[in-house]
Amino acid sequence: MLHRGLSEILARHRYEPGRLVQILRDVMQAEGYLSPPTITAVAEALRVPRSQVEGVAGFYAFFATEFRGRYRVLFSDNITDEMQGSGELRRRMLDAFHLELGEVSRDGQVSVGLTACTGLCDQGPAMLVNGRPIARLTPARIGAISALIRGGSPVEQWPDNLFTIDTHVERRDRLLDTVVEPGAALDAAITRGATGTLAELRASELRGRGGAGFSAGQKWTACAAAPGPERYIVCNADEGEPGTFKDRVLLTTHIGQLLEGMTVAAHAVGAQRGFIYLRGEYPFLEPIVEAALAARRGAGLLGRDVRGVRGFDFDIEVHHGAGAYVCGEESALIESLEGKRGIPRNRPPYPVTHGYLGKPTVVNNVETLIAAAQIALHGGAWFRTLGTPKSAGTKILSVSGDVARPGIYEYPFGVTVKQVLADAGAERAQAVQVGGPSGVLLAAHEFGRRIAFEDVPSAGAFMVFDETRDIVRVVDNFARFFAHESCGFCTPCRVGTTLVKHMMGRLTAGEGSRRDLKDLTRVTRLMKSSSQCGLGHTAGNPVVDALEKFKPAFVDRLPSLDVRPVFDLDAALGPAREATGRDDPGAHFGHGEET
Amino acid sequence: MTFTLDGHDIPFEPGQTVVQAALAAGHYIPHLCYHPEFQPHGSCKVCTCTVNGRTATSCTTPASEGLEVASETPEIQEIRRDLVQFLFTEGNHFCPSCEQSGDCMLQAVGYELGVVTGHYNPLFPNRPVDASHPDVLLDTNRCILCELCVRASAQIDGKSIFALSGRGITKHLIVNAESGRLGDTQLATTDKALDVCPVGAILRKRTGFRVPIGRRTYDARPISQVTVEPAK
Amino acid sequence: MNPERPKRKLRVATTSLAGCFGCHMSFLDIDERLIELLEHIEFDASPLTDIKTPGQCDLGLIEGGLCNAENVHVLLNMRQKCRILVAMGACAINGGLPAQRNHLDIRDCLQTVYLTGVGLNRGFIPNDPELPLPLDQVHPLHDVVKIDYFLPGCPPPADAIWQFLTDLIAGRTPQLGHGLIHYD
Repeated sequence: MLHRGLSEILARHRYEPGRLVQILRDVMQAEGYLSPPTITAVAEALRVPRSQVEGVAGFYAFFATEFRGRYRVLFSDNITDEMQGSGELRRRMLDAFHLELGEVSRDGQVSVGLTACTGLCDQGPAMLVNGRPIARLTPARIGAISALIRGGSPVEQWPDNLFTIDTHVERRDRLLDTVVEPGAALDAAITRGATGTLAELRASELRGRGGAGFSAGQKWTACAAAPGPERYIVCNADEGEPGTFKDRVLLTTHIGQLLEGMTVAAHAVGAQRGFIYLRGEYPFLEPIVEAALAARRGAGLLGRDVRGVRGFDFDIEVHHGAGAYVCGEESALIESLEGKRGIPRNRPPYPVTHGYLGKPTVVNNVETLIAAAQIALHGGAWFRTLGTPKSAGTKILSVSGDVARPGIYEYPFGVTVKQVLADAGAERAQAVQVGGPSGVLLAAHEFGRRIAFEDVPSAGAFMVFDETRDIVRVVDNFARFFAHESCGFCTPCRVGTTLVKHMMGRLTAGEGSRRDLKDLTRVTRLMKSSSQCGLGHTAGNPVVDALEKFKPAFVDRLPSLDVRPVFDLDAALGPAREATGRDDPGAHFGHGEET
Repeated sequence: MTFTLDGHDIPFEPGQTVVQAALAAGHYIPHLCYHPEFQPHGSCKVCTCTVNGRTATSCTTPASEGLEVASETPEIQEIRRDLVQFLFTEGNHFCPSCEQSGDCMLQAVGYELGVVTGHYNPLFPNRPVDASHPDVLLDTNRCILCELCVRASAQIDGKSIFALSGRGITKHLIVNAESGRLGDTQLATTDKALDVCPVGAILRKRTGFRVPIGRRTYDARPISQVTVEPAK
Repeated sequence: MNPERPKRKLRVATTSLAGCFGCHMSFLDIDERLIELLEHIEFDASPLTDIKTPGQCDLGLIEGGLCNAENVHVLLNMRQKCRILVAMGACAINGGLPAQRNHLDIRDCLQTVYLTGVGLNRGFIPNDPELPLPLDQVHPLHDVVKIDYFLPGCPPPADAIWQFLTDLIAGRTPQLGHGLIHYD
């Protein structure tokens, strides 16, 4: 039973099961949730098992399999939002609708929940309403939004100024300043030839900007050498690391160079199709990307016989994420591109030989591909002139938290943390989380360290915490993030992230014990040694770093040094008190007597 | 062609993974989600070994000449114990009331590793029991998410009766029916998917106590022996 | 047993919380070895001695999990009085069969048992302050106090209890091999 809206969505996606994530995203937009009959209808239309569709529907945070209200409000739950007062604004909104967090109002109008960092840390607190981001929240804005929801006006008709996203570029260096006229890098690459371009890229020593730092030249060369006629170029624009927003800015200001970089890659490795996997939180970038794609097609920079080179056919399409941090991992991203649950694959084989649809695939970060375009134009030696011996070029940092000027900062690799703090106007910083929760927590005595692969590597996040901030709360926020984002494939990460969340919750509330401190060490060690992918390997990092560098902050909140009950004894008697109507002393646990 | 496992030479054929070659050579490596008839996928992580100095799942690591694999080291056994404890902590595993007790691989691997407690605070998840099918009981309290039934139903039965939904700690087994009930699926008693559950999550009805408790597979011999000499 | 150790007997308390006394029965199943055991231990509070409240003890063996307020009070007292505390049996270790109510609302349980269940007529939910109030969920012992050793089984086999105690008395970390570790 297909109703017309659903048929249109399916037709738009050519009834391709590989586009399941895109289809479900469109159904969510149209219907607000994925009901059991809708899931059945999609499965039948795509001729795939219903269980497969339900599996995908249940995986992504932005897919709801139960009705969540006509207006679905999700407050960004990053630590920076928390520091900017998100909690109070959330309370205000919940009170306005007499709701508990996660609850749907009785009239079905609205629900208010939480979502992971929305990439608006430089202009938080932020929220998503039916998937559309709203930044710079204030009590006045919350009031206006609540009124709009009460009035029932469609989100598409809300005032435009609610949805404006600012671009704060605070320090520019070579990557942001270099101009590449459309086609210029491509022409240079065509003139040089594929082999020449690969050699130039290797000579540049460009390393992936997504965090792992693998050599882009080696990646492209391996993909070009892999057997078979089909190849793919994938741009990883799924920046989900809390505190990171540089790709959002780059996609706004440098989209042309990104597309140029992807096309250069296609020419170098012999790819026919490209994908931009765009973060689900960034729907406002879609028109920018689509307009740039259309312009390049019109200019012969995409499509058949690109730049007049016979047989050089290459085009790019946009895929949207749907709220899954793990899809930033390249093999999970490819699974998602294929319309599946975003589960990291076993490696080897690697995507360069067995990627999208099992074919050789290059997956690179936005910043990496822009750098590649510039290298194609100016050469590897030019690129190498900046940076450190093992980290060529510049790095773009997303600076947020306790700084006067949050935003994007570009530096040559090797810049000290101290320098960044000074430039951003950070006073009395006690800690910086470099590279996001999966990165490194630096204490003040380490601010002389450098951002570079040989010292402190970073995918770009740079969250600053001043002396007034509670580091245990910061780590607690990160622990909740990882528990929410674990894909659940492997035992250590699936269970470990939740155990860490519980232990951090107890410690933060002053209900923890020595045993929790010991178990935190044990669990994080297990996650690091035995998890399937980088998410599990790094999920314990903030805990490990904080226990090492801020131990007193943890010990200070231990109410006693012994083991404590892991649940509230008196509250556990509450339901039975209610059922029996008792309130005598025996129906309570006294305070303090037990421990 | 050989590699070494805890100092023993293990012969292998091209295409075999470390676990496959080790088991064929009579050396047990603890595992739960690995099954000889299916492509290994490495989710339970219990078969983790040290391979040339790095930890890796031995079920997905291709055997190769000269590989040095360490399995029964204190560090690796500690990892495995913790993983088994994670699985006990995550689900509702009440062995005394489970008719699979004694034939359960989770239990047997726990015995093998000397696990006497789940150690962590149990999560006591609220998971459904589905008795809607006339011949099969589905008790997801005991599910360890190994995906063997998922793989068997998709790859051998061609039905995809079982799948996983949710993610993280809320990941759970689902069945191929809009009602969510096993009785509304095409599951047949001849399906391979019924015979691969390593625990007591998928059970045939009316057969549970044919062999009395105390005389079951892993009551008699440890899983390390049963696995490498099943016929004895 | 180690002759170097002082001859003083270990003082042992045992108790059953939300259990069925099956573990205690299994303890008695060590049969004539009890006599040998009594050369090394003496019982304090225990169903075996009928002493109700423990004094200072070396060892506490606890059967059963925590399903009500009284269980918690007894456990906390045992923790204070015993140098070494042992969770004995499945219920003490993971809540056991009583914990299979954990997905139910205790209010619904009480309603069903005392008000709406088949065969009930004008019943009421008991509210006498003498009665221990049930917790919303059943918990294992280590959710509330530090537990030093775990002795699994439903019940632990008599041989496992014997092995465990003789190891402990001799100052060895208890080791149960195959056949003695059982979860059922």
